Amino acid sequence: MSFPRKAAYSFAVLLLAALALAAMPHPAFSHVEQGQATGFLTGLKHPWSGLDHVLAMIAVGLWGAQLGNPALWLLPVTFPMMMSLGAVMGLIGMGLPGVEVGIALSALLLGGMVMGEARPKLAVAVLLVGFFAVFHGHAHGTELPPGQSGLLYSMGFVIATGCLHGMGIGIGTVHRWPAGRLALRGAGAFIACMGLFFLARALT
Amino acid sequence: MTILANAAWRAGVALCVGMLLLPSDAAAHLVTTGMGPVYDGIGHLLLTPEDLVPVLALALFAGLRGAAQGRRAMFLLPVAWLAGGLIGLRVSAVPAFPVPALSFLILGALVAADLHLPANVVAVLAVVLGLVHGFMNGVALRQGAGGLGLLGIMAALFVLVALASAFVVSLERPWTRIAVRVAGSWVAASGLLLLGWAFRG
Repeated sequence: MSFPRKAAYSFAVLLLAALALAAMPHPAFSHVEQGQATGFLTGLKHPWSGLDHVLAMIAVGLWGAQLGNPALWLLPVTFPMMMSLGAVMGLIGMGLPGVEVGIALSALLLGGMVMGEARPKLAVAVLLVGFFAVFHGHAHGTELPPGQSGLLYSMGFVIATGCLHGMGIGIGTVHRWPAGRLALRGAGAFIACMGLFFLARALT
Repeated sequence: MTILANAAWRAGVALCVGMLLLPSDAAAHLVTTGMGPVYDGIGHLLLTPEDLVPVLALALFAGLRGAAQGRRAMFLLPVAWLAGGLIGLRVSAVPAFPVPALSFLILGALVAADLHLPANVVAVLAVVLGLVHGFMNGVALRQGAGGLGLLGIMAALFVLVALASAFVVSLERPWTRIAVRVAGSWVAASGLLLLGWAFRG
């Protein structure tokens, strides 16, 4: 059997159709499930609700774009995984001290890395991103409204986080031009300043 | 080191099997399309992310490993699913352990890591996934579509795995394979979160 290219397009159409069907409410089921579509949408919207969260995740994408391959994709893979680990810690009741401080520091340090166009070893960059992702997960991953699907909330939450990284990577493509590099460093400085603001607010 | 790894692998398998055997109440969520039991089965698979996403993840992993592995998964998964489903149709309990969370986590992590494992691993994964999820489907379908629903699920599985693995095999540019791996990491992250929700209760 051959795997023709047409199959790829057929698959894409089928997958989109399945996802569209899955996102629709299903009132005629013999066992009515509630909160499925809203669970996904709640998860999808949640990461966008906190500016600290948004800026830190965009900073991950920006930094990845500055560092290039393999950090370009390794950092955005690390963040959701470690964020989920942080969320699990929150869900099973494992405390994490200084969550808000950790989130503020993530914006400050990741913004600082982008501002300084820092190029540490890959392992150091991954560790840094992974460490701060735990705080974000602990704070945001556990806020499931009652009656909504935990699975679809989780999927929406992770997909939205990935999209924010993607947005950062997309913006980061300006890195190939000298003016773009300067603009990226400016964006990093802005994120670091906001991190400083979040830190001051968390400490007071 | 190899002995330790084998022992750890066996212990892990034993633990998983043990947890899967713990009984709990069936929680059926059936889809009624109005077009008959075969279509109800197809609808059940396509509208149940707990089943759909692990199937897609397996297909993506098989596709990453090449056309031959895609073909294996395409034939083995539906057959194993049917076998598990037929057993499930005769049993009234489902595993207490959050199986979908584990499927998300393991298959998502394998896609993300793009590990070059022995050729038989894809076949083993397809059979285990098919038996376990098929079993749970069989339990659910007892109250509705029954055996014909399982046939519908089989057909949908065959098409889904064929198309998804073909999609990955056809990818030529390196960044497209990376995109597949990123999608796998999202599946694994969702599974980890789902595991947390399950333990929270």
